[in-house]
Amino acid sequence: LISSSDLVQFLISGIVVGSIYALIALGFVTIYNVTGIINFAQGEFAVYGAFLAITLFQRVNLFSSNVQLDLGLPLPLAALLAIIVTTLLGLLLYRIGIQPARKASILSMIIITVGAAFALRGLALLTWGTDPYRLPAFTPGPPLRIMGAVMTRQSVWVVAVAAVLLVVLYLFFNYSLTGKALRACAINPGAARLMGIPTQRMATLAFGLSAMVTAVAGIVIAPTTFMMYDRGLTLSLKGFVAAAVGGMSNPAGAVAGGLLLGILEAFGAGILSAGYRDAISFIVLFIVLAIRLGGFWRRSAVATEQAGL
Amino acid sequence: MKRYAVHILLLIVISLVVTACGGAPPATEVAPPPAATAQPAVVSPTDAPPAKGEPYKIGAFLSVTGPASSLGIPERDTVLMMVDQINAAGGLRGPDGLMHPVEIIVEDDRSDSTEAVLIVKRLIEEKVAVIVGGTGSPASMAVIDTVTAAQIPFISMASAGSIIEPVADRYWVFKTPQSNLPVAQVQADWMKARGITTIASVGVNNAFGADSMRAMETVAANEGITIAYSATFEPGDTDFSAQLTRVASSGAQALIVHATPGEGAPLTVQFRDFGVDMPIVHNHGIGNRAFIDLAGADAEGVLFPIGKMLVANELPASDPQKAVITKYIADYTAFTNGTAPSTFGGHAWDAMKWAFMALETVGPDPKAIRDYVEGIQNFAGISGVFNLSATEHNGIGKESLVLVEIKDGGWRYVSPAEYATTP
Repeated sequence: LISSSDLVQFLISGIVVGSIYALIALGFVTIYNVTGIINFAQGEFAVYGAFLAITLFQRVNLFSSNVQLDLGLPLPLAALLAIIVTTLLGLLLYRIGIQPARKASILSMIIITVGAAFALRGLALLTWGTDPYRLPAFTPGPPLRIMGAVMTRQSVWVVAVAAVLLVVLYLFFNYSLTGKALRACAINPGAARLMGIPTQRMATLAFGLSAMVTAVAGIVIAPTTFMMYDRGLTLSLKGFVAAAVGGMSNPAGAVAGGLLLGILEAFGAGILSAGYRDAISFIVLFIVLAIRLGGFWRRSAVATEQAGL
Repeated sequence: MKRYAVHILLLIVISLVVTACGGAPPATEVAPPPAATAQPAVVSPTDAPPAKGEPYKIGAFLSVTGPASSLGIPERDTVLMMVDQINAAGGLRGPDGLMHPVEIIVEDDRSDSTEAVLIVKRLIEEKVAVIVGGTGSPASMAVIDTVTAAQIPFISMASAGSIIEPVADRYWVFKTPQSNLPVAQVQADWMKARGITTIASVGVNNAFGADSMRAMETVAANEGITIAYSATFEPGDTDFSAQLTRVASSGAQALIVHATPGEGAPLTVQFRDFGVDMPIVHNHGIGNRAFIDLAGADAEGVLFPIGKMLVANELPASDPQKAVITKYIADYTAFTNGTAPSTFGGHAWDAMKWAFMALETVGPDPKAIRDYVEGIQNFAGISGVFNLSATEHNGIGKESLVLVEIKDGGWRYVSPAEYATTP
């Protein structure tokens, strides 16, 4: 009963969803590489990116309708400002959450990020309430048709934005001095410090960069999936699974992991049932963790010792 | 530091376990019926200024926050408004002739069934005479065992037919919204008029969606309609492309959706983005402003059966519900400083009205209230003209529903004569 055009459709849907997972996974990898921390507040950056853009763009009722805002900025400007503010939020998370506890074990710092996720979610709940919010489609219009399958215009935006960001990040990490310094921290923190690379500042930068990438992901999906205050946890978990599949420290692996997870989910949901969507990601996570059991934590501990974080 | 972290984690876990246990009183304890009258013989009922009696306690649990909040907030406002009105008039005149103020306890279940059960146990400990609420079908279903064990009447504001059926197991449970079966019957009437014989049916995977999909299957089997594709999605899902792909290639002539605005709106947006050329028909779960606000232009042309309130101004003056609906709309709009009422608030109005009528007639005795509600006849409320009985704990059917089309950001009544050409 499943036609070949259905299969193409699942593939396209999988790539679209997978692009989002890939962006969030990249956020995970950036922080993990430089600091050894798995940042479970990652998905919250997507929520804040989208909510801030919505707040700047359209009329919203905040704080249980006690504050009504109608800023009405143009969408591109609203999105840009939202990304900048979310980036600052990432920097702030490191400065007031992680840095004071830098002498603590990696496990403690991960628990701090879990706490930060709860705090950010609570703050979003107080500010924006429980209602879903939506941005308009960036370029409204009829969808594209590819081999009998459909790709909505917003999906094209999602994939294109993800691809551009991936290329920019690749160039940044490989050809800019700061990017190379970040990579140096990842490869050998001790040696990086000896070479005069300020590892603390690099860690701050990693949090900012990671928040930025994830905020973009949140904004591009807001027109189709809407945004609610409690979406962060799911996005964090999916991004983490994608990053884990990709080996946790490898940006290219994270992208591949995100796409793979998105495609597996789309086929699973389409052919079996949508109820299996989350089960699939957690089965994937279970398999990866079973194969690489303890691998992350051991590397984390070594990395931190070397970085003196 | 690591040891501190472990200690803190342990503390958190322990405190969670303790609160979870503390919140659950012995489940089998049966609340004794409260003393019916406090000082009946002392005051003569013929006195001109009626004396004050003991307050009558009503418990309400509603989804004021969470995914069902767009249903729960108008319900809460309606409940508070009605209690204000009654108390401003001095209270309810009980069977003892005294004026009893109404004491309402409203709790937010945060759209969470577990929370709903805990709240209902607390309400029972507070010795409320009757419980209203259960914004969503999942929360309403979850508390049935608790109210049955405690022998407290419960009037639900949710629609799943399984809330009141089988009646033998739902002795203490009633509900005010139409069941999903008559909703499916109206949808089938439209399909037949429109010449649609093959449909796709997609619904949310909870008590509400499952009940509505079952109703659709039953009606489709009776009416000779083929369901070419049937699928569910999870509460909170955001991506419906897998289901919509199959809908598009299933050969269906129309898509029937069983959801509330939380998932119904993004699904509708994605359905329109897909550019599938078929009518989309929802059930009564999306009958509020939130759906139109969220789905925007993509909501245009959506059809759904619902109670008459949304199109009240198009009703003929002879309609028995017209007066009560018009008054409710005016009262609610004034009470909330200009918010338009929704059908869900109407479900709350009917439930509270039943509770008031019962308390006035029989006083705060749970068993007597239950018996009274079961005997309600020809009561014109917001959702319909109710006729309850020992075998029918809802009391309204297909006649209480109209088909509505979303047009120009509002609702338009679709008369049966127009079915063949709409949308």
